[in-house]
Amino acid sequence: MLELEPVAGVRNLHPAYCSLLIKFDALRMEHGELEAILRRYLERLEDVNLPEPRHVEVPVCYGGEFGPDLTDVCAMLGLTEAHAIGLHASVEYMVYFLGFVPGFAYLGELPKELATPRLGAPRKRVTAGSVGIAGNQTGVYPFATPGGWRLIGRTPLKMFQPERHGLSLLSIGDRVRFTPISRERFEALENA
Amino acid sequence: MRVVEVLEPGLFTTVQDLGREGFGPMGVSPSGAADPISLRLGNRLVGNTEGTAAFEMTLLGGSFLFLEGAVLALAGSDFGATLDGKSVEIWTAFEAKAGQVLRMGPTRSGARCYLCVRGGIEVKPFLGSASTHLLSGLGGHEGRALRKRDVLRIGETSRVPRKRRLSVRALANLQPRKVLRVTPGPQSDWFQESAQKIFYESTYRVAEESNRMGIRLQGAAISTASSGEMISEGVSLGAVQVPEGGLPIILFVEQQTTGGYPKITNVISADFHSLGQLRPRDEIRFERVEWETARALLVEQEKLLASEDLFLE
Repeated sequence: MLELEPVAGVRNLHPAYCSLLIKFDALRMEHGELEAILRRYLERLEDVNLPEPRHVEVPVCYGGEFGPDLTDVCAMLGLTEAHAIGLHASVEYMVYFLGFVPGFAYLGELPKELATPRLGAPRKRVTAGSVGIAGNQTGVYPFATPGGWRLIGRTPLKMFQPERHGLSLLSIGDRVRFTPISRERFEALENA
Repeated sequence: MRVVEVLEPGLFTTVQDLGREGFGPMGVSPSGAADPISLRLGNRLVGNTEGTAAFEMTLLGGSFLFLEGAVLALAGSDFGATLDGKSVEIWTAFEAKAGQVLRMGPTRSGARCYLCVRGGIEVKPFLGSASTHLLSGLGGHEGRALRKRDVLRIGETSRVPRKRRLSVRALANLQPRKVLRVTPGPQSDWFQESAQKIFYESTYRVAEESNRMGIRLQGAAISTASSGEMISEGVSLGAVQVPEGGLPIILFVEQQTTGGYPKITNVISADFHSLGQLRPRDEIRFERVEWETARALLVEQEKLLASEDLFLE
């Protein structure tokens, strides 16, 4: 609603699971004024027709060097790799919000059997395209960044491209499904 | 086409303007100058609009060759600049003649110095801004810090600077502060009175590993009263988050857009530029102010920045 009918003086929005941070220009309006405007938006919340969600398929090559934590995750959870991969690819996830870095979509919910805590110490560098899991969430690292999620695979897709229309492959509300692919397919898609 | 060639990049020099605001829903951090006031003033000294892209140097400045000459100004901290060996003052516009080299050394005051060029540094904008966002490698010059032998274009302009010096009085009023004024954070009540007392009465030291994403502090650890993990939410510039271990981190210009640590307090907007001048090992404290005070201080600061008395012929 705030994107379709922007409020003058609002400079940025940071949506998350169950909150929205609104950054505004304090020189243009006072806190109380904005609150009054936002309360009127909230009253209309029920009337909003959300667009039909987009369905996006993300191919993933699981395990091996692409998913260096898959073995550990399986050992912790008492699963075979095939079972863990099957679980991860079995459900359709929702994009709750994007955060951390451009194009990083927080996806949920991970099947309960796959829930694992974050790594004790984050990696200094995670390869772009890595698919991680943490708690009941999963997500894909768009860039080579530090990261504390456990890595189980990698996608050849570019999650965020400055030249592409829309920039980010995923947006809030999208439905996402991961499909297992072979190493050969990964390489073919990566070079496509 | 005029260019500037990087002979030495310095410790960490990036192209910055006032950042890209409004892309939080895509996870894109605003980025932008760490000390926006210095950038704005430096640009005005050379006749640019306030948000024109410039070089942001950190702790140790670089050396730059201006093959076709340029009108320049240095703003922020004093990095001991010389032009072909002769020292040049900061906060004053000057001309580099064709082939002259501007050299900077280590800082003599705060953390950052801006090199503003009349016409601005031209890079391909990303989401409407020239700012470098290092973590994602986007914006600025190839999404990275400058390297030796990089050549960057200088923009064209017909604007002519009229006043070329900053008044001493203005500078005194815009001095970076070491006592940062703060308002309550969204999770202030997660911290017991005793923890808050420690936080507000302690002196913290800026850690070496601080960067444009976050300013890490060393000193008295504070504990949260609530146990259990927080649900990730949006975070804003200047938020002071307390992760496990209890050592606060001030979220800075290249912050991530969301985070899952409780935030005890938030640095007020009028003190954001002070964050950009904090050096490792600097000692800082936090002082609570009311929302109304925070707003009044910002209004006052902007009024000062808008005044033409700031500049001298």
